[in-house]
Amino acid sequence: MAKRFGVLEEEKVFKDPVHRYIHVRDELIWELIGTKEFQRLRRIRQLGTTYLTFHGAEHTRFNHSLGVYEIMRRMVETIEQDMAWDSEERLVCLAAALLHDIGHGPFSHSFEKVFHTDHEEWTKGIILGDTEVHNVLKVMGEEFPKKVADVIAKTYHNKLVVSLISSQIDADRMDYLQRDAFYTGVSYGHFDMERLLRVMRPTEDQAVFKHSGMHAVEDYIMSRYQMYWQVYFHPVTRSAEVILSRILHRAKDLYEQGYEFKDKPKHFYSLFSGKITLGDYLKLDESVILYYFQEWQEEEDPILQDLCRRFMDRKLFKYVECDPSEQMKIWPELIQLFNKIGLDHNYYLVIDSSSDLPYDFYRPGEEEERVPINLLKPNGDLRELSRESDVVEAISGKKRTDHKLYFPKDLLDNQQTFAEEKQRILKLLMAQEG
Amino acid sequence: MLNEHAKLLAVFKQTGEIVGRKKLQKLIYIAKKMNFPFFEKYQFHFYGPYSEELNLRMEEMCHLSFVEEVREKKAGYYQYRYTLSEQGDEFLNLSNYELPEEKGILNELNEQSAKFLELVSTILYFDDLPKEEVADKVYTLKAKQNYTETDLEEAYQFIDRLKASSQGQVS
Repeated sequence: MAKRFGVLEEEKVFKDPVHRYIHVRDELIWELIGTKEFQRLRRIRQLGTTYLTFHGAEHTRFNHSLGVYEIMRRMVETIEQDMAWDSEERLVCLAAALLHDIGHGPFSHSFEKVFHTDHEEWTKGIILGDTEVHNVLKVMGEEFPKKVADVIAKTYHNKLVVSLISSQIDADRMDYLQRDAFYTGVSYGHFDMERLLRVMRPTEDQAVFKHSGMHAVEDYIMSRYQMYWQVYFHPVTRSAEVILSRILHRAKDLYEQGYEFKDKPKHFYSLFSGKITLGDYLKLDESVILYYFQEWQEEEDPILQDLCRRFMDRKLFKYVECDPSEQMKIWPELIQLFNKIGLDHNYYLVIDSSSDLPYDFYRPGEEEERVPINLLKPNGDLRELSRESDVVEAISGKKRTDHKLYFPKDLLDNQQTFAEEKQRILKLLMAQEG
Repeated sequence: MLNEHAKLLAVFKQTGEIVGRKKLQKLIYIAKKMNFPFFEKYQFHFYGPYSEELNLRMEEMCHLSFVEEVREKKAGYYQYRYTLSEQGDEFLNLSNYELPEEKGILNELNEQSAKFLELVSTILYFDDLPKEEVADKVYTLKAKQNYTETDLEEAYQFIDRLKASSQGQVS
């Protein structure tokens, strides 16, 4: 039998602003970090277009993945003695934590919306396909890559392991909340992770939390709630996402119409035709995408040119709050007016809904599919968090949806032409805000 | 405007009423696997494939009064009934959205129990695996549902029927 990875002669450490140090003791983890697929994550920002709102948000999926690994390492240290795991289960956990985002591409969220790709499928493809990551994992045994992929896909037989990386309180969220707070510079997003890890108790299906640690869990839930509204749902970031997705739509439409690009977007061809291979996908990163956006500012097509300039120079769309049940009454008139002034409403009048965003809130249960956070009472009973905590109960049932209507106010304010129509559009749009 | 919302409203228009969030989740997933143009993102959860995006979209449509939601207390849990509201119908008419088929697959799905749809959607989720491995996954991940071999066989036959119907109707 071939030699499996063991322990490094000397522990390696990465200096990290969130966890101070990230410790690597296992050869397997060290080798995975060195693969080209993992190194590619250095060129993919964790928060996509958020850097256009919070200029510090330049951190990458690479930082975050190391952070999730470090939290998982600490969790496993606490849990493995109680659960009598073998050494392989421990390594499955660590590798899954490190690789959980390996399939993310540049500006994943917009790409997935426009091209209907799924980063989780790519994650599986990278772990099981012909890649350096797969070759490293395989050293641990033929079945090992599949086990890691199953944990990430939440289809692994050991539900406790799955819950550590993907549940309502998991290593992934614990890292990104703290990391995103640190890099955006906001004062929310902080919670006492050390305390959470100390009060965590493993059960067969999930990790639960000692009742005495409820306030630490509350703190975590509040951080999550505030980060969603203050950072992840930020309307300016959403404006940048709207423009980004319109650029991708426009480029695809032009390609399908047989438009001759000055600089052929060869990296996009397989995406446009819906026949993207793993090799094509791995060549995509943010440098590549931003190169094309830079070039497309010089394209003949006025829409593509304008949208790319807006994105690159941060001349974003403005927005009004909108109620689609009211909006539908004025929508036909708005479309007609946009057509009249020569603005294609498909690109310049966009409703963005909270359900278009990839983040979710804590919810307690009730015919829900996600396992709730449970507190362990001194008598051994389990109680769902919101039934014990007034703070969590207060925010669990709150409205968490909103819709915004994005449009290029600068073009409507310029009333040298079609003044009457533009004034009417602005009046209709502003009336939405009440 | 809100095309993905309109698609869901069209589902309610066609099926009349959908009882249970689990059933709704699985119904849309199975329809998606039958090439209906739904783009909600699904992941594997406690009861099988589940879409947070769909869940949130439903919440939006309830807040907008496009869909009527009735909560009923059952033994140990709450169950939700969904129907299209008058306002939702009006929105659907304005959006001009029509599903690729008038009747058939969606109604047939809606007539099944949530438990059966959970099994069907789980099998479809693992459709890249050989049958024996799918069965292993079902027995391991769905141990509490106690599905039998006969249940699995019935689910496969149901899937074959759906595929045959969808080939003719969904483009």
